[in-house]
Amino acid sequence: MSVVLQQSRAPAMAGDPVLVVRDLAKSFGGVRAVDGVSFSVEAGTMLALIGPNGAGKTTCFNMLNGQLRPDKGEVLLGGRPITGMKPRAVWRMGVGRTFQITATFTSMTVRENVQMALISHAGEIWSPFGRARDRHKAAADALLAQVGMVEQAERACGVLAYGDLKRVELAVALANQPKLLLMDEPTAGMAPRERIELMALTAEIAAAKGIAVLFTEHDMDVVFTHSDSVIVLDRGLLIAHGTAEEVRRDPNVRAVYLGSGATSGGH
Amino acid sequence: MMLEITALDAYYGRAHILQGLSFSMSRGEVLALMGRNGAGKSTTMKAIMGLVPPAGGTVSFEDQRVDGREPFEIARMGIGYVPEDRRVFSELSVMENLSVAQRPPRADVPHWTPERLFALFPNLGRMRDRPGGAMSGGEQQMLTIARTLMGNPKLVLLDEPSEGLAPVIVEEMARTILALKGEGLSVLISEQNLHFAGNVADRAAIIEKGMIRFTGTMDELKANEAVRSQYLSV
Amino acid sequence: MIDLILTQTLNGLASASSLFLVASGLSIIFGVTRIVNFAHGSLYMLGAYLAWTLVSYLGPADTFGFWGGVLLAALLVGLAGVLIEVLILRRIYQAPELFQLLATFGVVLMLQDLALATWGPEDKLGPRAPGFKSFVILFDNRFPTYELFLIAVGPLVLGLLWFLFQKTRWGTLVRAATQDREMVGALGVNQRLLFTSVFAFGSMLAGLGGALQLPREAVNLHMDLAMISEAFVVVVVGGLGSVTGAYLAAVLIGILHAFGILIFPKITLVLVFLVMAVVLVVKPYGLMGRAPVGHARGHGPAEPLLLPADRLTKLAGLLALALLALTPIFAPDYLLSTLTELIIFALFAASLHFMMGPGGMASFGHAAYFGLGAYGAALAVKWLGAPMEPALVFAPFLAGIAGVVFGWFCVRLSGVYLAMLTLAFAQIAWATAFQWVELTGGDNGILGVWPSAWASSKTAYFYLTLGVCAVSIVALRLTIFSPLGYGLRAARDNPLRAEAIGLDVMRIQWVAFIVAAFAAGIAGALFAFSKGSVFPTYMAIPRSVDALLMVLLGGVQTVSGPIIGAFAYAGLSEQLMKATMYWRFGLGLSIVLLVILFPRGLVGGSLLLVERWCRRPEAAATARLAAEGGR
Repeated sequence: MSVVLQQSRAPAMAGDPVLVVRDLAKSFGGVRAVDGVSFSVEAGTMLALIGPNGAGKTTCFNMLNGQLRPDKGEVLLGGRPITGMKPRAVWRMGVGRTFQITATFTSMTVRENVQMALISHAGEIWSPFGRARDRHKAAADALLAQVGMVEQAERACGVLAYGDLKRVELAVALANQPKLLLMDEPTAGMAPRERIELMALTAEIAAAKGIAVLFTEHDMDVVFTHSDSVIVLDRGLLIAHGTAEEVRRDPNVRAVYLGSGATSGGH
Repeated sequence: MMLEITALDAYYGRAHILQGLSFSMSRGEVLALMGRNGAGKSTTMKAIMGLVPPAGGTVSFEDQRVDGREPFEIARMGIGYVPEDRRVFSELSVMENLSVAQRPPRADVPHWTPERLFALFPNLGRMRDRPGGAMSGGEQQMLTIARTLMGNPKLVLLDEPSEGLAPVIVEEMARTILALKGEGLSVLISEQNLHFAGNVADRAAIIEKGMIRFTGTMDELKANEAVRSQYLSV
Repeated sequence: MIDLILTQTLNGLASASSLFLVASGLSIIFGVTRIVNFAHGSLYMLGAYLAWTLVSYLGPADTFGFWGGVLLAALLVGLAGVLIEVLILRRIYQAPELFQLLATFGVVLMLQDLALATWGPEDKLGPRAPGFKSFVILFDNRFPTYELFLIAVGPLVLGLLWFLFQKTRWGTLVRAATQDREMVGALGVNQRLLFTSVFAFGSMLAGLGGALQLPREAVNLHMDLAMISEAFVVVVVGGLGSVTGAYLAAVLIGILHAFGILIFPKITLVLVFLVMAVVLVVKPYGLMGRAPVGHARGHGPAEPLLLPADRLTKLAGLLALALLALTPIFAPDYLLSTLTELIIFALFAASLHFMMGPGGMASFGHAAYFGLGAYGAALAVKWLGAPMEPALVFAPFLAGIAGVVFGWFCVRLSGVYLAMLTLAFAQIAWATAFQWVELTGGDNGILGVWPSAWASSKTAYFYLTLGVCAVSIVALRLTIFSPLGYGLRAARDNPLRAEAIGLDVMRIQWVAFIVAAFAAGIAGALFAFSKGSVFPTYMAIPRSVDALLMVLLGGVQTVSGPIIGAFAYAGLSEQLMKATMYWRFGLGLSIVLLVILFPRGLVGGSLLLVERWCRRPEAAATARLAAEGGR
């Protein structure tokens, strides 16, 4: 059944807006964390969400993935509303995500981590018998091959190098054939070369499968190399939206966020 | 020597994290401890602070052994520690956060009071009664540094001070570290960001698999393509 | 009518004060040391006994004698707290949460026998308080002035605590340490002194609570466990770590009791349960509590990889089973009875392990389901006249249904909150069996629960037990490796990630809770027929702790551990019980020593030794990442 479901979901064409966010808002105790933000992400493209600490990026992200319920506004995925849905419902609608601090199941092998997601996607979680590690083995390996982790399939997630762990997370996030991928600071804590490699891989997969990617990031090298467009939040407001080059030149963005570039590689 | 580490060994649970690590720092110096994720930078700082008990080797601070002492004793001797994940007391106000770390003045280092700190971090002065939990990441980072300074340290350990911060805040952080150096403090930072380290540090020590693989001035590091590529993945 | 309501309200407020003193002490200690002090009820009891002795000695009629005795008793209990902290707790702050809890339970057992040896088994009646011997007439009712005094004590202590925590440096340090004790140490604060002072202070509050009860009720040996389970309820309802919450909850519970006894004396506990349920549904972390954040918990090492048994282990298991199956050929009847019980305990332990190991939910009241299984069987026999076979089938469902209801609440919490709540539920089950005399026979239990004729010989019943337990244990094992079991582990390893791949964490944990309750019910039913009778003690706290000890002794991480642990522990405790009258003290001391000497448990400890010998690079990498902040 799952196979049919997966095949019926035809890859979206580049240019279609996969995610549409309209007038999203959230306040905490009177403070407007996110204040009327609207944007959209198209299939096969990468949108970077940047801004100072406390600008509302995390709040915005959590309203998209279901961890927070917006006070106001609308989130549409492929034209269907997902506003205020719980994380697992959002996932079922076709949203995959990676976490800022890598989140894997440490008592399982790399392959089992992916199998877990596939079992959930196939709706087999309530089966109390039959060995889980024998299910969806081939599909798991295919996903791991995509991110270059198939050789390490038998290893425990707890012992992987950090960059490899990020790849596993990516494979897990791809298990439900997502239309949209949400990545919260995907390269935090990585060495410069690893950052570029991971984002290049992500961009390649996104383009090939027509997945829309929204990511937050503090590394400007990553943002300016791997985003098709960039949005900038400051104090809950969307202050800039454009290509990397346009945003980089925006004096407002330079003042509140980018600074002189002396400590981040000179932009 | 401000800090001298010789053949330091440390385990975390069952794993041998530091494997005979040695380096030293002189007074008034800013040293950047660089290396990949998992190389042992944080553990080095925790081992100096006594938070991870060293299994072998020595740590001397101003020619006094500190290894084997309790963290609070080490802090009282004059080492301040700023952890990578900030760890402000989220339910305590800014003033209360500062008061926890308050120690009596110490000879030949600046004596910090809340007022002096607010001059250095004007943002904090405007939110004295705000709970730590209600501050942004950048403000919290500044508060943890201010809090550590309340102990009037001679040496400050800053674990990944630029991680997860917006570029403008990172610039402010760099100015802060240089200001501390200007006050005569010694600063040990752990860092992956070469641009940042290049701006603030006098020397770099590169750590890989629990051992120091390179030490030299920042200029020497910048000139050494091989070392940067091998250990820093730049 | 209105005067009755007012009088009962005052009664409730008066009884709330002692409850508040104990619960706030418990809460403060937990905040800083992260130890749930099971022995807090024992310190309360100690306060009452010491006050009784001191007041009698100093002069019960004399104002100075009485109040001096009460305050001195509180101070002495504070001193006892210092001793406990310095001698025991200080050595185990690094040990896993559950081992710490077990150590404090060891202290409970030791103090119980110490009190028995010192003060004897009879209840001790205290004098009335000088200056508060009279009554006042309120709403046409005589109301003791001492009750009014107690009503004032609650808010007074609350105000004092507020001042202490908000306005003194010690209070600021305590609040800081409650959030991140390691950081407080790294900032130059002497943690050791802080911990000892906090433990002494909390103990003193408990001691004062006990001493103030002297004029109100007879001092007895059951005060400790009765108080601790109430204090747990108060702390869970009020919110762990919130002193104000503890006061509100104590008042709420006190008033509920006062009215409950008046209106529905039989179901007072059910009333408390219902209120607790409502509070937890609306506010999962209690009235004033907050979700634990960030460093409050500290991140433990990653869970080890769980692999299915290899051929050798399977063979060993089969061999053990075959050996067991052959024992009736040579073993005498008494040995067969003991073995039958051991096998039942193995299933009981395995059922707890199912929710504790893969599920990550530690239960401190697992005996409830064991006991309900036993009572289910006994009630079916007694009231429905059922023979053994249908009774055995019916019984686990009673336990399972309790699992459905209790589990629904428990899975909303985690960690120590969950453990406390399970304990509170077990106390309710126990109290129901104890109080509902018409149905359960109360303390006398239900007798004459015998197997059917075909299974009445020791040998036949042994085979029946072996068969049912082996099948149940294998079924639990299979489930652990099934998709459901994997989902359960996923929920434990990383609930956030689990939700993000579409798993309903709460529902998976709920199902696991029910399965564990059902399996414990099977064990309980078999136990009832092997003993021929059931008693409320089957559901009491010590039995729950038995199960925990079995699991922890064998090791939480291994699937076969609990079975080995059950055999080791049940054997040991039986020997101890035969050897001395003060077996509680012996058992308590063994538990404490075990935790101090092997803070990682027997199996964990030996594993560590083995790994130090042949260090694996894999383990090094895991810990390296963990050490570097999990990045």
